[in-house]
Amino acid sequence: MSVRVGEAATAPEFPVAAKKLVSNAQIRQNVRRATDIIRNKRARVVEEVDDWEQLRRAGHEIKEHVLRHLDFYLQQFEAACTRAGGVVHWASDAAEANRIIVDLIRAHEATEVIKVKTMTSDEIRLNPALQAAGITPYETDLADLIVQLGEDQPSHIVVPALHRNRMEIRRIFSEKMNLPELGYEPEDLTAAARAYLREKFLRVPIAISGGNFAIAETGSVCVVESEGNGRMCLSLPRVLITLIGIEKIIPKFRDLEVFLQLLPRSATGERMNPYNSIWTGVSPGSGPREFHVVLLDNGRTNVLADDFSRETLDCIRCGACLNACPVYRQTGGHAYGSVYAGPIGAILTPQLQAMQHSQSLPYASSLCGACYEVCPVKINIPEILVHLRGRVVEEGHAPIVERLAMKAAGYALETPERLSLAQKAARIAQIPFTHDGVIRRLPGMLAGWTAVRDLAPIPKQSFREWWAKRQKEPRL
Amino acid sequence: MSAKQDIIDRIRNATGGSSITSEIEYESINRHYRQAGILDPAARIELFADRLADYGSPVYRCAESEIAPTIAGILTERSKTGLLVPRDLPRIWLPDGFYFFRESPDYHELDSSEGVLTDCALAIAATGTIVLRHAPGEVSRALSLIPDYHLCIVFPSQIVETVPEGIRQMASFSTLPITTISGPSATSDIEMTRIKGVHGPRTLEVILVT
Ligand code: SF4
Repeated sequence: MSVRVGEAATAPEFPVAAKKLVSNAQIRQNVRRATDIIRNKRARVVEEVDDWEQLRRAGHEIKEHVLRHLDFYLQQFEAACTRAGGVVHWASDAAEANRIIVDLIRAHEATEVIKVKTMTSDEIRLNPALQAAGITPYETDLADLIVQLGEDQPSHIVVPALHRNRMEIRRIFSEKMNLPELGYEPEDLTAAARAYLREKFLRVPIAISGGNFAIAETGSVCVVESEGNGRMCLSLPRVLITLIGIEKIIPKFRDLEVFLQLLPRSATGERMNPYNSIWTGVSPGSGPREFHVVLLDNGRTNVLADDFSRETLDCIRCGACLNACPVYRQTGGHAYGSVYAGPIGAILTPQLQAMQHSQSLPYASSLCGACYEVCPVKINIPEILVHLRGRVVEEGHAPIVERLAMKAAGYALETPERLSLAQKAARIAQIPFTHDGVIRRLPGMLAGWTAVRDLAPIPKQSFREWWAKRQKEPRL
Repeated sequence: MSAKQDIIDRIRNATGGSSITSEIEYESINRHYRQAGILDPAARIELFADRLADYGSPVYRCAESEIAPTIAGILTERSKTGLLVPRDLPRIWLPDGFYFFRESPDYHELDSSEGVLTDCALAIAATGTIVLRHAPGEVSRALSLIPDYHLCIVFPSQIVETVPEGIRQMASFSTLPITTISGPSATSDIEMTRIKGVHGPRTLEVILVT
């Protein structure tokens, strides 16, 4: 097995990449503007749900339950999907998944495929593998299309082209679609994409999709989307190939009642995203005549093996932690050198690669805790970051990254507003030393980190927090 | 060794688990979130209409006996000469003077059509969601997707309040293809500006039977 996560193994370390990006004012402005908008929308629709905490808890518990019995649920899914006429393939790593998919397409003598947004396919570098086999992939999600035509990399897991503004998108479309008269309004650009892709939807016989949820009980797959490109790919072509990470399994159909509330509100700040498609195997007379699922490991079992950070696999890829993260907002997604950016990327990318690459990513955080607060499935990202820093040291990589790491945290510490975040963070970082009275982390790292920032000893409440709280409390 | 056996072995090594699940453990998952609705029927219908308005989907209300003339009015106003319909849509809803073709299997014909008229399996008020079930004879996935205009008939008895209530109804036909629709197709991929209508129908309108 040879795990591959995009180009992460050869990407520059986070602080090196971040430094370059932080100085790109245009990207920073685009990222900040876009994340501000999603954050506000999310906050509005989360506030109106009075049982939000109960939903988060249920989401977390369902995912934890699945992970404990993942072998069972995967096989249950396989049996149910097969009964319904689907074909299930298993892939240990990226190369194997790519080979399975290329072979399936070749068996149909096809030279083109339409694709609906799947980060997993970017993870395994499917597009280059298809092209090497003489197969042309067309991305159909608007943001993915912008990334593909711009010969660019995704910078956000929900809104991959968030680093581009309309002027840049207009330039890319007008060049690549040969539309010299194209307008500048988002409406013009969207209409251009509609016209460009419609012909492909109606013609191309094979589609490749990802999946948000795979339901063990029924063998069904659920895809959550907004534009309708998903529905096009899932229902019009003759053959559908769905690539799913093994952690995307949920036990029963009814569990959708939790995740279809958590995901849209967290991801795009909508009560419900415009479209969900749920299908089971093949249905006579409607939709694809052939349906394949590729279940992908590619390092997920590495993550599963660490009890402490296993919950990384709970992630439903909503992107809320990216939008909330002061470091991501400062650097943008490309600094992470991985298809998975932001706080979730910082914990997922190195773990998938068994901590052999991307060791600077656990330092790409100020540990302020904002990611944990917004995470719909309650992944304790700050604690996992600290835990992984410990593992970096254990693996003997510390000398290489430690020096760089100090700088990474520094990006979040440039203004007073961020200093208070960092102080909160430093307290979280101290937790491991006092927890149960057992020292679970290596003090060297933290000592170094806090020394650089001159934050120790840190009071339970900072003055700022204490003052803010005091203002809110009724005075008797 | 096969990739499947490999992956299963790695999982078991990682979790120390075996190939069983625990129903008791599953049943003990905390589900203290709201399951059932609390609104009376009138308020539930208002909530649904409100959510649709929020998505920018016009709502027309009429009595059951008025469905056909309501459709005639909408088509006249929109200068349409007719719509496509699924095979089992009741004829009594279709007004005279317009064409109504029972669905065409040809994607290009769907693409050049004036739109589609459907009913739905159920609707969820809290999220303004319409649920389509794609059994043979009912609206097909292509029919509800390729035309640029979708007019949907919803009966008050089909509207539940909460997402859990909706999912539980869907569970009874969970192996049929299902599409949920909440407002018209949209994207926010360009500077987070919400644009209506990318690939799905750009216009979604609802007839709410009262
Ligand atoms: S870690 Fe949580 S907040 Fe971040 S993308 Fe995953 S589910 Fe969303």
